[in-house]
Amino acid sequence: MQSIVSSHHLCFAPPPPPPVLGHRLICHSLPSIRLPSHRSPTSLRLFSCAAESEMAAAAKEDGQDLRIPKIASSIRVIPDFPKPGIMFQDITTLLLDTEAFKDTIDIFVERYKGKGISVVAGVEARGFIFGPPIALAIGAKFVPMRKPKKLPGKVISEEYSLEYGTDKIEMHVGAVEPGERAIIIDDLIATGGTLAAAIRLLERVGVKIVECACVIELPELNGREKLGEAPLFILVTSDAA
Amino acid sequence: MSGNKEEEDPRINGIKTKIRVVPDFPKKGIMFQDITTVLLDPKAFKDTIDLFVERYRDKNISVVAGIEARGFLFGPPIALAIGAKFVPLRKPKKLPGETIFEEYELEYGNDRLEMHVGAVEAGDRALVVDDLIATGGTLCAAINLLERVGAEVVECACVIELPELQGRQRLKGKPLCMLVEYR
Repeated sequence: MQSIVSSHHLCFAPPPPPPVLGHRLICHSLPSIRLPSHRSPTSLRLFSCAAESEMAAAAKEDGQDLRIPKIASSIRVIPDFPKPGIMFQDITTLLLDTEAFKDTIDIFVERYKGKGISVVAGVEARGFIFGPPIALAIGAKFVPMRKPKKLPGKVISEEYSLEYGTDKIEMHVGAVEPGERAIIIDDLIATGGTLAAAIRLLERVGVKIVECACVIELPELNGREKLGEAPLFILVTSDAA
Repeated sequence: MSGNKEEEDPRINGIKTKIRVVPDFPKKGIMFQDITTVLLDPKAFKDTIDLFVERYRDKNISVVAGIEARGFLFGPPIALAIGAKFVPLRKPKKLPGETIFEEYELEYGNDRLEMHVGAVEAGDRALVVDDLIATGGTLCAAINLLERVGAEVVECACVIELPELQGRQRLKGKPLCMLVEYR
């Protein structure tokens, strides 16, 4: 089940077919669910009854990881944050659900344990929440990728584009060594700019990116295309707006 | 852990040797305690988390509050291991939705710490986690936020303490647990 998907995906890394709600999930697709974004003005629950019954139907299909619908429903969508038109995917409600948080980490750990991964790189700041538990469980080191001027000592940096202007992420010199195998963790992939910069940073020092892993993908923003050869593994997809 | 030298757990020295001190960061005169080198050593990182988990697992802690950003490195693994929820305490404007804030003093000026409304409930038993306690200003703000919503702060947990800055005195009487002192 999960392990069959894992080994196939990591070896060959073809771009997966977009996951579609209600369809049978085939062996080499991602174990993810596409959910409609939903305006949830006051409550912390994300999804309407209609969405929940669709999820329940998908959960009964063969090969579906039953933990994923629960993880998806623990994520809160906040409209118009940080600015009008953006449906912000808030994972803090996932962190308040002890079972959902544990399941999230377990799914990543099951996928990456025993694959010779010695580096888990996490992008500041929400990547710091998911990365270390994974690193600890698979026996890898955790490497924080940070905004400028946060890391003391010698760093290397990589610039990336924002909607307006650019930003940088930094990594410590000497944190990783050539030949190491790494995964990069963030809570969400949108345009892919940050993850692409993280990939470039690690590749510059000779590290092999085995995969990028996020809880959520906003597929309409095509972030996957920026990742080059690096495969992407996600648990939940959602509409951007 | 924060107690007698004779009882010091053998894992602590291993953690201490992994902390890198970077002089004159972020400015001259400051000996910055860099814990990223602990994170690069899987055994030292695991030992750090284990020491806290062993201390808190039977204390009925329902919330681990971690202070952005280095508190996010240590808080979640502890929360996961003891079955508590993890609540991030963040700089202004990072948390979406409804938040409450607490101001605290910096060397020059003030800053704010924010927490989500509804994340913590009255009666929750909370642990506050950060990598280091210096003056205690941030930790005090964290305690205030949690107490304002009716949580009980059981303890503050930090990897490193700078005892000369007396942060321990600023915790509103709450106990502090730390692994390593730097004088």
